[in-house]
Amino acid sequence: MDILKKDKDLDDYAIVVQNLTKRYGDVTAVDHISFEVKIGEIFGFLGPNGAGKTTTIRMLTGLIKPDEGRALVAGFDILKNPVEAKQRIGVVPEVSNAYIDLSAWKNLILIGRLYGVPQSKLKENAMSLLKEFGLYEVKDKAVRSFSKGMRQRLLLCMALINDPEVLFLDEPTSGLDVESARLLRDKVVQYNKEGRTIFLSTHNMEEANQLCCRIAVINHGKIAAIDSPENLKAKSMELQYVEVVFDKLVDLRNFSGSPDIIRISPVGNRLRVYTANPSAVVEFLVDFAKRNRLKILSINTMMPSLEDVFLKLIKGKEGFVK
Amino acid sequence: MSRLMEQFKRSLAIAEKNMRIYYLKGPVIIFGLLFPLFLTLAFIIGRNISLRELLPGLIGMTAFFTATAVGPSIVPWETRSRTLERLLCCPVTLWAIVLGDLLSSFVFGTIISIIPLLLTLSLDIGTLDFTILLIGLIVANLCFSALSVLLSAYPPTDVPATSMMVSSLVKFPVVFISGVFIPLEYLPQLGIAIASLSPLTYLVDLARHLILKNGFYPLTLDFVAIIAFTVLFMFIAVKLHEKGLVKRLS
Repeated sequence: MDILKKDKDLDDYAIVVQNLTKRYGDVTAVDHISFEVKIGEIFGFLGPNGAGKTTTIRMLTGLIKPDEGRALVAGFDILKNPVEAKQRIGVVPEVSNAYIDLSAWKNLILIGRLYGVPQSKLKENAMSLLKEFGLYEVKDKAVRSFSKGMRQRLLLCMALINDPEVLFLDEPTSGLDVESARLLRDKVVQYNKEGRTIFLSTHNMEEANQLCCRIAVINHGKIAAIDSPENLKAKSMELQYVEVVFDKLVDLRNFSGSPDIIRISPVGNRLRVYTANPSAVVEFLVDFAKRNRLKILSINTMMPSLEDVFLKLIKGKEGFVK
Repeated sequence: MSRLMEQFKRSLAIAEKNMRIYYLKGPVIIFGLLFPLFLTLAFIIGRNISLRELLPGLIGMTAFFTATAVGPSIVPWETRSRTLERLLCCPVTLWAIVLGDLLSSFVFGTIISIIPLLLTLSLDIGTLDFTILLIGLIVANLCFSALSVLLSAYPPTDVPATSMMVSSLVKFPVVFISGVFIPLEYLPQLGIAIASLSPLTYLVDLARHLILKNGFYPLTLDFVAIIAFTVLFMFIAVKLHEKGLVKRLS
């Protein structure tokens, strides 16, 4: 804690991670990662399968001990004061882990008791959460009979029963129907507006793009980039492209004359022309169409998507169709 | 102190949850009720001995089998259903989780083993001796429950049947070396030395003291030994569970 305090004013941060490392035998699952999450932020944590996302979340939520480094969660060192840190967080894990033999109500009461929520407040919280997430009518039914969406909503209720300062969500909308996924996303935004910090691990780029203030991309256990979605996209201007559709097929070799073109990839009947200078390429394509008596059916300048940036970060150029 | 009390309250919540979920699971019914029942019948039928002589062994065997029936399967079950991860995410220490499991085993064992204890009322053993026997039975149930959470710690499996099998491999030999069938005074020196390693020996000896008035060890030693085994089992159980967590969560 003292070492961390030297570097920054901890009062502004919900999570501070320094050199966190976890090894399983010879494999380094998480390799000296460092980052901070500000209070009130929705922080996205992206990475391919096996990149170290879940291991990082498990270390931050006190499930497993890191081999090196340290982490402060809600102002407490997760290694030195795990109970105090856990008291202030809520966790929605990747895999549903409510007690299926118990009812939704009994699950909530159990978790509330494990957080030491006073009895009167616990019943009030449980009732209001079940109503808010549309589970009140089925509160006495065993979770075994719940659909995946209902179980996921219950997990969020269980994570919120102690009114946490920081909410860890590990793939919360994975495999959900559109309605349930939207409900959960809306709730994430609502709880963030109420002042909670959200640590969101997701595979859904659009979700991360819409919800997150900042995003960290982890790959092979290392942080590949951290920034806002817009800044990440802006830093990857070589990923912007002009998408053009001609009325006839064209030979891609004819485009070699323009120095502004980085590469071209055909996608269906469209051509994606990657460039750092879209206006020059648009001029070139119009001129090219005139010279070759082609009609331009459509032409658009496209900014890189978060998915493009993600693929670039985790795979480099291999992520693109050349 | 208040922090300890807070954790203890959370252990009680875990114990209550275990009672709701695990008491009626098949393996618990088989190993905790049917097995001791049939073993008791085998122990009684065809033996021409009085109830007074039967009861020390019967009380010991019932307490031992019932108090060790629930514990071994809880952690493997919770590992498989990922609910262990849910518990560990909560502000609950590992010892509080283990204690919660121990308490649910203890309640199960105590409720069932009270039945043979009540039979001693027909023998007129005296109020004081009955009370001491009741206290001894409660402490022994705590001890056997601690053994049951120790049995759930290794191997760190997520298959309840594996854990049950391993615990049976330990439990049956323990019954045979603990003076249940043959009183300690009839055993050779080596037999006595082996019997002294079993916590069940001391409960049976304690019951023989109070029911038959001919215990092998002093009554105080029986109590001290049972308490020492309880602390030892609990300590090793927490350490082994701590060690096995990474494997369980992977």
